[in-house]
Amino acid sequence: MHLADGILSAPVTVASTACALAGIARGLYRLEPERVPQVGMMAAVFFVGSLIHVPVGVSSAHLVLNGLVGLFLGWASFPALTAALLLQAILFHFGGMVCLGANVWNMALPAVAGYYLFGCRLRRPVGRGMGFAMGAAAGAFGVFGSGVMMALTLCASGGEFLVPAAAVLAAHIPVMAVEALVTGSAVSFVLQVRPEFLLSPSDGTPPRPEDGPHPPADTPRNRS
Amino acid sequence: MVLFDAPPDSVIQRLDPRVRVATAFAFAVVVCFSRSPDALGFALVLGFLAVVLGRPSLRQLLRALLTLNVFLGLLAATLIVSVPGRDLFRLGPLAGSRAGFAQGMTILCRANAIVPAVASLLGTMEPAYLGWALAGLGVPTRLAQILAFMVRYVEVIHVEYHRLRDAMALRCFQARCDCHTLRTFGHLVGLLLVRSLERAQRIVDAMRCRGFTGHFHVLRVFRCGVPDAIFAALTTAALALLIFLEVQ
Repeated sequence: MHLADGILSAPVTVASTACALAGIARGLYRLEPERVPQVGMMAAVFFVGSLIHVPVGVSSAHLVLNGLVGLFLGWASFPALTAALLLQAILFHFGGMVCLGANVWNMALPAVAGYYLFGCRLRRPVGRGMGFAMGAAAGAFGVFGSGVMMALTLCASGGEFLVPAAAVLAAHIPVMAVEALVTGSAVSFVLQVRPEFLLSPSDGTPPRPEDGPHPPADTPRNRS
Repeated sequence: MVLFDAPPDSVIQRLDPRVRVATAFAFAVVVCFSRSPDALGFALVLGFLAVVLGRPSLRQLLRALLTLNVFLGLLAATLIVSVPGRDLFRLGPLAGSRAGFAQGMTILCRANAIVPAVASLLGTMEPAYLGWALAGLGVPTRLAQILAFMVRYVEVIHVEYHRLRDAMALRCFQARCDCHTLRTFGHLVGLLLVRSLERAQRIVDAMRCRGFTGHFHVLRVFRCGVPDAIFAALTTAALALLIFLEVQ
């Protein structure tokens, strides 16, 4: 899932770090100080999620949850995933310090894309079935997108990484199915228990008229 | 929460966190782009030296290195058989190339030099200081705050997760490879999410209550003293030697 230090070539590392920095800057731009705890908390959930192992066939896979983070945070996924991946790099050495930018870019870009593709449907009140469908799509897309981007990063680094890149992509397919079902169930659960968490705009921007009704005035978010 | 157990009086523990973060990143960047065997050998020695100075728990470090090397060993093995070049060995249809072997060894050496150094310099640090050290080095305050909140609440959410798993175990839940298991894990993640977002809301309320203006006060003021300067100078010299070995 993550690239370790020393694998990628210098130009690929520099380019993906620059892209990640742009994403982080966009994520921090207009991030209200009051949303910082929420973003930090989502980063912590992402971190703990990577410790949850799900049996897949004879082996097991850990949850990725980048699609889920994307649905809730939008562009703020970039700083959230940066924080979580940095701690993972120091603690477990999953992924390296130097290619942190590459890992952040590979994981957070599909998360943000999932936010725009599927998250906008969840801004207005929807049924649990729709919530499950959108969550599952975002979860599968998050894992699939980061698998494809990681394979592309490896291939861009040198032709000799073609075989490992193909192996990485193949390994992502069962994880994708797991992630889709887990994210879908999680989103439909949140919709049933606390729908206002999804209704409230999480991009730090006020909701546009076409984004559906404003959250009701008595939700905790609007109480000040 | 401490990442790696380490004695509080080691040389590295007494350094300014900013110096530790800066040297760890500089070392990782230089090693990551080194290719020559001399430079990589010297990098391995420096990584070992960092372990001697920082004294992280060897058991934790070796476990981290084992997982890493299993993964990177597989990658190196695929490189040996997939990279074209002069034959190193031949096993039936499989041919190992010298170029692939060299490349695999390069990757293994880089990772095995960087990981012990990062573990000794950053892994033994109180994680709460990590964010503020990064902020002191020019990382945006918001990002440092996100990091600080995450470090603070990872432990809380992890405990919450274990409480939910205990509740599931009491109800005879067994993880299998089926839809029921995945749905249950989905609800588990959903509940973790709801509880942590509710907690975030309570934190915001508490911060408002105390007149939060967008900045936190840090109790420990970082000071760069003579030992920090000596350590930074020695690291710079070592990195310069590493670069010299590389370009030679």
